[in-house]
Amino acid sequence: MKKVIIIGFLGVIAYYLLSAFASVPFGADLIKGVKDFYLDKSPNDLKVANVVTSIVVNFRGFDTLGEVTVLFLASTALGSILYRRRSHDSGLNPQRTAPEASALVQTGAKVIFPFTIMLGAYIFIHGHLTPGGGFQGGAIIATGFLLMLVSYRKFFIEHNALTWIEAIAGSTFVILGLLGLVYANNHNFLENFLPAGKLNDLLSGGIIGIIYVAVGFKVGAEITGILDTLLTVKETGLDPEEN
Amino acid sequence: MQEFLTYGIYGTAFFLMLLGLYAALVKKNLVKIVIGLSVLDSGLHLLFVAVGYISNGTAPIFSPAVVGKNVVMVDPVPQALVLTAIVIGFGVTAVALALVVRLYRKHNTTNIDEIKNLKW
Repeated sequence: MKKVIIIGFLGVIAYYLLSAFASVPFGADLIKGVKDFYLDKSPNDLKVANVVTSIVVNFRGFDTLGEVTVLFLASTALGSILYRRRSHDSGLNPQRTAPEASALVQTGAKVIFPFTIMLGAYIFIHGHLTPGGGFQGGAIIATGFLLMLVSYRKFFIEHNALTWIEAIAGSTFVILGLLGLVYANNHNFLENFLPAGKLNDLLSGGIIGIIYVAVGFKVGAEITGILDTLLTVKETGLDPEEN
Repeated sequence: MQEFLTYGIYGTAFFLMLLGLYAALVKKNLVKIVIGLSVLDSGLHLLFVAVGYISNGTAPIFSPAVVGKNVVMVDPVPQALVLTAIVIGFGVTAVALALVVRLYRKHNTTNIDEIKNLKW
């Protein structure tokens, strides 16, 4: 009975969504306005080849700062939700609940791991030239760490190092924004104050490339921290089968 | 062809969104509810990118192959917004899963019907 009501309710939603979007033909150039401004400004003034990157980091840079903050909050919240008080008579003894992977997976993970990190670094360094950027590169780096975490029971991540990487990368973002307030032409937060360079050069786009490298480090460290928190139980005397 | 694409692609996006909503409303397992929310997210992202598509448009990247040529580019704004939405969706999923882990530790089940003290 409940399912019937819910399917009817979803059918009503589907009908109105489809009838609304029937007037929006697929592939039509309907949204006039900011698109042409971005497509003109990004290669000509900012010298950034990837327009999506220039929107994310420059035109909507403040939004991206908030986005990075949301990720930071998520990883902090995860730590505080999953926190368990350890027993007072013994030290911290992190444990992984998953069983040990086979030798094949372990060797393969060891071979692939450095190349995964390299691919992630390539993607966030070339974020303003090719598809991708800080978030994507950071996610790829975290995938490499996830591979190591599920392969080796004894592979632990130093959370202090992650905290330092996050702190340095986050402050780089904010400090570059504040420097824009002082040195840029219009004195705006996160405005470009470095020379723009030549289109499709690696060192082009001013602060955009630097900010995306910082975002890549930060996102990589945060996602790695989240995965490690979810996979590792930091408590002594805990039965691994319990959860 | 135009009709087919309009209804096919928007229809797929709506199907994913409603499928996710259905899972979130009907399923009893908390992990399945979180998966439903992720599917809802994916449908929404597909819809966003589909709205920004322009017929015969290329990716909005001024690589050496397209500089100086008169090419049509798709709308970059929805793509930038979807990038934001994916990251926020990741954060939401991570925190939701952490809450599920916490509930499982307390009640030893992920079935919401068996967690009695949530009801009033």
